[in-house]
Amino acid sequence: MAELITYRDAVARGLAQELRRDPTVHFIGEDVAAAGGVFKATKGLLEEFGPERVRDTPISEEAILGAAMGAAMTGLRPVAEIMFSDFLATCWDLVAVEIPKTRYMTDGQVSLPLVIRTANGGGLRFGAQHSQAVENWAMSIPGLKVVAPSNPRDVIGLLAAAIRDPDPVVFFEQKSLYPTKGEVPDGEIIDELGVASTVRPGRDVTIVALASMVPRAVAAAEELDGLGISAEVIDLRCLVPLDTTTVIESVKRTSRLVTVEENPRLCGWGAEIVSIVGEECFWHLDGPLTRVTTPHIPLPSSDALEDEFLPSVSRIVEAAQKVLL
Amino acid sequence: MSTTQITEATRDLSSEEQTRLGLYRQVVRIRAFEERAYRLFMEGLVKGTSHLSLGMEAIAAGFGEAMRADDYTFCTYRGHAHTLARGTPMAGVMGELLGRASGVCGGKGGSMHLTSVEHGAMGSYAIIGAHLPIANGAAWSAQVRGSGQVAVCFFGDGTTNIGAFHEALNLAKVWNLPVVFVCENNLYMEYTAIGDVTAVEHPAADRASAYGLESIIVDGNDPDVMYEVATTAIERARSGGGPSLIEAKTYRHGGHSRADPGEYRPDDEVAEWLTRDPVPNYRARLLADGLDETILEDVEAQAHADVDAATEAARAAPPPQVQAAYNNVWADGGSSWRN
Ligand SMILES: Cc1ncc(C[n+]2csc(CCOP(=O)(O)OP(=O)(O)O)c2C)c(N)n1
Ligand SMILES: [Mg+2]
Repeated sequence: MAELITYRDAVARGLAQELRRDPTVHFIGEDVAAAGGVFKATKGLLEEFGPERVRDTPISEEAILGAAMGAAMTGLRPVAEIMFSDFLATCWDLVAVEIPKTRYMTDGQVSLPLVIRTANGGGLRFGAQHSQAVENWAMSIPGLKVVAPSNPRDVIGLLAAAIRDPDPVVFFEQKSLYPTKGEVPDGEIIDELGVASTVRPGRDVTIVALASMVPRAVAAAEELDGLGISAEVIDLRCLVPLDTTTVIESVKRTSRLVTVEENPRLCGWGAEIVSIVGEECFWHLDGPLTRVTTPHIPLPSSDALEDEFLPSVSRIVEAAQKVLL
Repeated sequence: MSTTQITEATRDLSSEEQTRLGLYRQVVRIRAFEERAYRLFMEGLVKGTSHLSLGMEAIAAGFGEAMRADDYTFCTYRGHAHTLARGTPMAGVMGELLGRASGVCGGKGGSMHLTSVEHGAMGSYAIIGAHLPIANGAAWSAQVRGSGQVAVCFFGDGTTNIGAFHEALNLAKVWNLPVVFVCENNLYMEYTAIGDVTAVEHPAADRASAYGLESIIVDGNDPDVMYEVATTAIERARSGGGPSLIEAKTYRHGGHSRADPGEYRPDDEVAEWLTRDPVPNYRARLLADGLDETILEDVEAQAHADVDAATEAARAAPPPQVQAAYNNVWADGGSSWRN
């Protein structure tokens, strides 16, 4: 049996699955308990698990992540919500300096099984301080695992994998995906981190996408079909660990690559993929390795501008056509 | 946790005398260790930087003796004293200072990041204020698990002006966490006097009321005082009474770090604080109260012997293997980020 649910409801369902299974899982954040989250993605958790395990915090991002870190090193498996991923900048010391480095600096004495959940990216006309896709920030830090699901089923499976993982994971939920729906099977769902999925097979070009760029890449592939171009779409699902094998195997068959990233251009994750493919598949290539990204600008608020600058289906189609010229 | 070893000579001491001997043992060991660390730094054997607690030993001693073996210590880069005070073996600490494989962190931490989880030394943090919220987390976990453990978090006067200090105190109070915050007010940040950049006279204590906490200022150079205030605050935390914030007034004998001569400090201020040196003063007090000098001499001889042995062990230890740099990024022991 399967059920059609939203990405938003999948978050609550994934958290509930793990809170039910493991009493050491605790969930904290701003407005997450009584209010059910500003995106209503955590509705019902307080009612089922009570105020000790699902807990509202003050607006203190450092205190939230500090609490998660100290608890993780002493026996809990905390999940901490940072309401918008842009706010990671206010607790960047915890994200970039404390949490990822402590296991290493103590030579393995300290384990940090914790998850930072955060609403990432644009599409909701919130303006530059509530819209940036910052997955590349997290990816650049040794010691963090980075996950970004594209659909409700993966939200549950990857969230479960992130919570059960013994290392710190930053879990990016793309906020424009919250109302989108997808089929979710009954029963427990648990995935493995670092496994990409080929969501659409194809022969002529490999399109690698993440989170909200996946449905756009799929729509582009459908359009390309009509133009006689067979595109393979890979949903990366995780940036760390990175499933380079799936990408490389695909490019070896198609001999062309387009990456579709929501993050701003410079040092986006696509650059890393392009560099790996350039080094390891060079002799298989028949076209330029091409990146479609948001330009290197803060994201503007106006719907007209936001739609212009986030990678669109038509920009993906054009990029794929160009690498096939 | 008393570190006093019961011997022929100390068997007949009262329990209060045992405690005070434990405190003396702590300050003497930390003093001997820090003096050696300074010498090894000047010899070029301790690389990078190091921040000593010379003159500030009584704070670590008081808490070290008052804490339960499974309580948690969170401290700063000025953390040799607190790490040793929890019973971490000197050889492992010295090995870490010298960047050897025998160090408590295998040479990957260094002087500023001493950690020994098995002794409750949960890390030395070198970003100002970072560890106050983290100590809250350990206290929260203890509260959830009902373990009765307490987290104690040490930091400097300069740390009271960073946001994390304020966020942590508020959350600790709101969640009624079993945590004790201890401000080691040595009057200076690195080179700037705390009074020059702080809105209130007592950087920690004057902020306490903003978080519903009692304002506590104590003589951080008096081991008896530190033991008492530590015991009270830890008991309060353990019994569900919530957090405390303690401001302990103290002074470092040397500079902030490395070879800093501390010349920004007025001579008369330095001279005045040197008369309040916790080690000789405590020794004199114990003698005046009737403790046998030979017992104190034994403690001193043992401390110096331990420092000598730790130094020899660290000098003889090999450097870390190059491969170790790739270990322990992840829980699987490795550092792989792709397949
Ligand atoms: C966030 C941050 N800012 C600045 C520094 C540089 N720094 C290291 S120690 C120090 C002084 C801290 O003073 P205090 O808190 O009084 O501690 P003390 O060294 O006196 O024990 C400074 C500014 C730092 N490590 N972290
Ligand atoms: Mg200071």
